Amino acid sequence: MAAHSAVLSVSRIINPIWGRHLGNTVKVFGTTLTSHRNKTLHVPPPAKYGGRHTVTLIPGDGIGPELLSHVVEVFRFSCVPVDFEVVHVNSALEAEDDIDNAITAIRRNGVALKGNIETKHTMPPSMKSRNNLLRTSLDLYANVMHCQSLPGVQTRHRNIDIMIIRENTEGEYSSLEHESVSGVVECLKIITRSNSLRIAEYAFQLAREKGRRRVTAVHKANIMKLGDGLFLQCCREVASGYPDITFDSMIVDNTTMQLVSKPQQFDVMVMPNLYGNVVSNVCAGLVGGPGLVPGANYGRDYAVFETATRNTGKSVAGKNIANPTAMLLASCMMLDHLKLYNYANLIRNAVLTTMNETRLHTADLGGQGTTSEVVQSIMRIIQSKGQLTADI
Amino acid sequence: SSFHGSVWVQMQTVTLIPGDGIGPEISAAVVKIFDAAKAPVQWEERNVTAIKGPGGKWMIPADAKESMDRSKIGLKGPLKTPIAAGHPSMNLLLRKTFDLYANVRPCVSIEGYRTPYTDVDLVTIRENTEGEYSGIEHVIVDGVVQSIKLITEDASRRIAEYAFEYARNNQRSSVTAVHKANIMRMSDGLFLRKCREVAENFKDVKFTEMYLDTVCLNMVQDPTQFDVLVMPNLYGDILSDLCAGLIGGLGVTPSGNIGANGVAIFESVHGTAPDIAGLDLANPTALLLSGVMMLRHMGLHQYAAKIQTACFDTIKEKKVLTKDLGGNSKCSEFTTEICRRVQDLA
Repeated sequence: MAAHSAVLSVSRIINPIWGRHLGNTVKVFGTTLTSHRNKTLHVPPPAKYGGRHTVTLIPGDGIGPELLSHVVEVFRFSCVPVDFEVVHVNSALEAEDDIDNAITAIRRNGVALKGNIETKHTMPPSMKSRNNLLRTSLDLYANVMHCQSLPGVQTRHRNIDIMIIRENTEGEYSSLEHESVSGVVECLKIITRSNSLRIAEYAFQLAREKGRRRVTAVHKANIMKLGDGLFLQCCREVASGYPDITFDSMIVDNTTMQLVSKPQQFDVMVMPNLYGNVVSNVCAGLVGGPGLVPGANYGRDYAVFETATRNTGKSVAGKNIANPTAMLLASCMMLDHLKLYNYANLIRNAVLTTMNETRLHTADLGGQGTTSEVVQSIMRIIQSKGQLTADI
Repeated sequence: SSFHGSVWVQMQTVTLIPGDGIGPEISAAVVKIFDAAKAPVQWEERNVTAIKGPGGKWMIPADAKESMDRSKIGLKGPLKTPIAAGHPSMNLLLRKTFDLYANVRPCVSIEGYRTPYTDVDLVTIRENTEGEYSGIEHVIVDGVVQSIKLITEDASRRIAEYAFEYARNNQRSSVTAVHKANIMRMSDGLFLRKCREVAENFKDVKFTEMYLDTVCLNMVQDPTQFDVLVMPNLYGDILSDLCAGLIGGLGVTPSGNIGANGVAIFESVHGTAPDIAGLDLANPTALLLSGVMMLRHMGLHQYAAKIQTACFDTIKEKKVLTKDLGGNSKCSEFTTEICRRVQDLA
């Protein structure tokens, strides 16, 4: 692993011509090198049209459209140089044209902000989850979620600060199922060495970048000896290249038990797809609920931002009571990705100030505020910072 | 039958499997408490360490199997699986021998043992034979592994029926099926369909469906909204341990396994704790509460209520508690205290 870093740093320093000669060597270390590149030579999509970025916006279903409209509103108000290309995906149609359009748009722009697209059970099993299709087509292999206790939110546990890195493309979500005999269904869970190495590498890189001390791999290798065994082995291999970071592993059922009694013990966690689903939802619940935590899906070439728990929120849609925090924080993560750090911090601070200081909370946090009131408060705080703003 | 006070009571035989590590001492504690409560239970102690049968297949000793087939009810302490023994996990062997298809874990907050979650009162019912734990895995090519999750119509229907019957027999108002049918369309879809079909025959019990992630999210925020949960193997494993964590861990959580042919084995789900074995420090609560679950299963509700109340009152009082519950009493002292309360309640 040290050798990889050496190759990378050398190829960066020396002449591009030499770089081409190292081409073959670079290919051998394929995936690990590209994830290094993702972190260190992180190239945002080209700003077009006079310095303004274009980002794909997929409203989705449920509360997606209203929350994203608030994001657009806040961006317009703060004069953020981002234009949105809106692509609608109709979850009721069996044809895949809508989702294909969305994927093409994301390939074009490189970055997207999305709401959750509902998967209706009434549709035949051949119709796959649109969200899953998007993630696998764009190879958004890492789902990253940062759960932090917020001072303004009352929860049972305090001082939680966990980063969850979840493999996003394979595992139990491979959507490979068949009914061999009537009444007997097999569902395949695929674990590959290359994807496991890739996600482990991503996790350790991120841990190092953020100065985190410990990475915990979550698995069920005592039962799924080959599948999760392979995942664990890959994590160990990658861990050996990061001696400054402690690596340990924990079985998923014990992990959930520990999370509800002592969540403060966890630092960075890496895991396959399904356990990631469980653990990220448990952690989101521990810090205050689905309305607070933003999530990001990173691939080698694309990045898609959304709320961490991916809820459609049908029960609260259209009532102006949804919590806009998660989506706004996700949009700040997107601005960070686009290297528009000042705007990201401006909006993020305004959101957190509203949450922690003015304590204007929506119903999911036990407050009385409406979504619009919270957004208005955020915009007022942005205005008070003295930056250029449009009219409210 | 035996003469209890002024009435003849039918004694029921129960196969007792003390287990390893702290198993024997907590089993002895439970026997003592049942004795104090004068529960009409006759214990038959058996050992289930695997032996190699004819044909080289690992199996449990014949006398253990015979006893269980006869008594139909078992109470089991923790079993250890020695690493190099060559035989599969003991729990797996028991599961296969008696076709223990349902794992039932009632999780009730224990007053006096504080956790951040109060008023938890739910039951997780987990399909225990198939699903993600079918053990079917292959290496397709070097570096690509495939694990097979198996969902069958029969197993799904069986577990759904058990869940609804349990709800009805224990006066629970709703059953929630936990699934991920948005991703695993066919497999969890089949499971869900069977649950819906069975729900049609149990109109007195409310049936809802919820995604696994939504259940996890809501469980850690407000566990009071859940009643009976039914789900396939893996989700059940994770959720039942999550719920055990809510009420205080495996040291206070009861568990029961229901098999075909009317066999039911109740067990404590914690480990053998070899470091404190034989030192009279163990906490028998988990095994005791499993015993209480067993009494309810046998229809001996007043004895169950008496023992449970005695146990909870002892914990609530906080005067005599084992080390893991925050006190510094010995197992025998804790047991004696519960026995005293049981006799007072008589």
